[in-house]
Amino acid sequence: MDKKIRVLLAKPGLDGHDRGIKVIAAALRDAGMEVIYTGLRQTPEMIVDAAVQEDVDAIGVSILSGAHMTLFPAILDVMKAKDASDMILFGGGIIPDDDKAELEKLGVAKVFTPGAPTEEAINFLKKAVAQKGSDEKIM
Amino acid sequence: MFTKNFIEKLKDRLANWNKTAEKYRGKKSMPRFFTVSGDDIDELYTPDSIKGADTENYFDEHIGLPGEYPYTRGVHHTLYRTKLWTMRQFAGMGTPIQTNERFKYILKQGGTGLSTAFDLPTLMGYDSDHVRSLGEVGKCGVAVDTLADMEIIYGGIDLAKVSTSMTINSPASVVLAMYLVVAEKQGVPFDQIRGTLQNDILKEYIAQKEFIFPPKPSIRLITDMMDYCTKNVPQFNTISISGYHIREAGATAAQELAFTLADGFCYIESAIEAGQDVDEFAPRLSFFFNAHSDFFEEIAKYRAARRIYAKRMKNKYKAKNPKSWLLRFHTQTAGCSLTAQQPENNIVRTAIQALSGVLGGTQSLHTNSMDETLALPSEKAALIALRTQQVIAHETGVANTVDPLGGSYFVEALTDKMEAEAEQYFDEIEQRGGVLQCIEDGFFQKELAKSAYRYQMELEKKDRIVVGVNDFVMEDEKIDIPVLKIDKNIEKEQVDFCKKIKADRDNGKVQQTLEHLREVAKGDGNTFEAMMECARAYVSVGEMCDVLREEWGEYTETQAAMSAS
Repeated sequence: MDKKIRVLLAKPGLDGHDRGIKVIAAALRDAGMEVIYTGLRQTPEMIVDAAVQEDVDAIGVSILSGAHMTLFPAILDVMKAKDASDMILFGGGIIPDDDKAELEKLGVAKVFTPGAPTEEAINFLKKAVAQKGSDEKIM
Repeated sequence: MFTKNFIEKLKDRLANWNKTAEKYRGKKSMPRFFTVSGDDIDELYTPDSIKGADTENYFDEHIGLPGEYPYTRGVHHTLYRTKLWTMRQFAGMGTPIQTNERFKYILKQGGTGLSTAFDLPTLMGYDSDHVRSLGEVGKCGVAVDTLADMEIIYGGIDLAKVSTSMTINSPASVVLAMYLVVAEKQGVPFDQIRGTLQNDILKEYIAQKEFIFPPKPSIRLITDMMDYCTKNVPQFNTISISGYHIREAGATAAQELAFTLADGFCYIESAIEAGQDVDEFAPRLSFFFNAHSDFFEEIAKYRAARRIYAKRMKNKYKAKNPKSWLLRFHTQTAGCSLTAQQPENNIVRTAIQALSGVLGGTQSLHTNSMDETLALPSEKAALIALRTQQVIAHETGVANTVDPLGGSYFVEALTDKMEAEAEQYFDEIEQRGGVLQCIEDGFFQKELAKSAYRYQMELEKKDRIVVGVNDFVMEDEKIDIPVLKIDKNIEKEQVDFCKKIKADRDNGKVQQTLEHLREVAKGDGNTFEAMMECARAYVSVGEMCDVLREEWGEYTETQAAMSAS
């Protein structure tokens, strides 16, 4: 049997809107993944530390406050500093198309915007984790 | 309302009718006929659908007349024929200067009330120069650090003439204290100040999650402020007990109704316990509901809310002043119903939602802008949203008569059902130990998460269609409406301004008023009066909140509340 995909979900910044992240948590669990939700107002350090400790495949964050252009790069920086850049960082929220493109260029694997079905996130994670696995084997 | 004989005859007639209707039931235009909240709706409603309609008192106890107990049909006799609802558009962005410009624009375009949105650092009690504020300053509202910012925001606006709503909760008292000091400096007596403070901390623990302090001291802040305003700012609505955010977080209409009213009753009980007279404070309480897309369900929700509230205020809390029985409310169309796909369609959604608020007898209304799933509203989108209300008010004729849907078999049956569902929740909340215990145990939070997940699954299985999202989709759609961008320099500007004010003010006075606030917080004096002193001395939001954090501690969500479902 395949190893279960492990995902850490968190809300960075000051935003408290957690409807989306809870729906994603439930959907990923129903799809057979192991989900660790660390809650609200997590700093980039708290998120990456928890991800490393839990040895997850992916980190998912949700930002609806407009602070995404500060928070995503901050998380990427901490991931780099803590040697966690092999983890997949994805996210969602109220994020305009231009910003989405820029974030994906910076190293966020995928940004989901309102209306995206949970199935899209599930398929993305399955594919990205499988891809990561095969890359590691090659190395 | 109907004789027993009439209902008996109707039953026979319906049996016959049903035989013919059966012939058409083989084909269905939709897989399921159900509300946004997931409740199945009958094919037809008749007097037979209304439980108790054949009893003598049904009309008086359930429907009645507008302006009369139990107020199902509205809190005023003549409603919009005497005064239209207040068109209150929520705004606030970037720096105080920009927000002041937007306010003046809204007033010039015929808006009749102001509604202030604050940025997240302000809502969470951090100053713009705090490390946790990085990237959030001025993003989803205006940044307020000290009185100096409030003086700019309301500069050139006569506070005796406008009614101002301020959407803030944990530090609500701090911001109201600053607002009153602005009025004081303008020379406006406090008894002319009108407006509403959201100030509803319970729904923060349940839904929006912008909390700072634990529940008990948070409720004390509210009762202290209510006490001050009852005596000094008599026209000001001290709290807007909000279902809006509960709905946005995933609640069904019945959950929104029940949890919001339960919160309201919790405040009322707290104020009574603090020794206040229900008839002194209750007339200044107000509510805030969502207007989601299910037209009739929403109308039934508002009508049921008024009736439940009037009954409880009169019978349970023994309020004698009829003004204490009135549930007055603000409505905002449902942000969570808007789509990022084909955003212009949001204008249509918003118009229909707004209409349900009006037919439900709302006192004030905010219509969302079409672009809110993309960013904060552009000026054009905000103007269309306001124009939507003006079209409803002046072109559709719905303001011509009070409660035009009163007596509709469907609407009355749905109103009764809404009330019954809410009563069931009140019983359950009580059995679980009350509102505060339910927050601690994550009861509300889990109910919302379950409803939100069910709704999402309905969409994904296409049981429910949302135009442009899971049907009628346009491939390779390009968004061609303007999207507002907040200038990156705003944060720096605001941080610099905050530092300048902190350097220039009388810092001896700051320390002195802050220490006084600390002493009051430790004891049982009125915290609001101490905050007024702080505000006059240009003490910042963050500084006041820090003192209270030190004395009262900070709240974090329980594990039970965080769990997904």
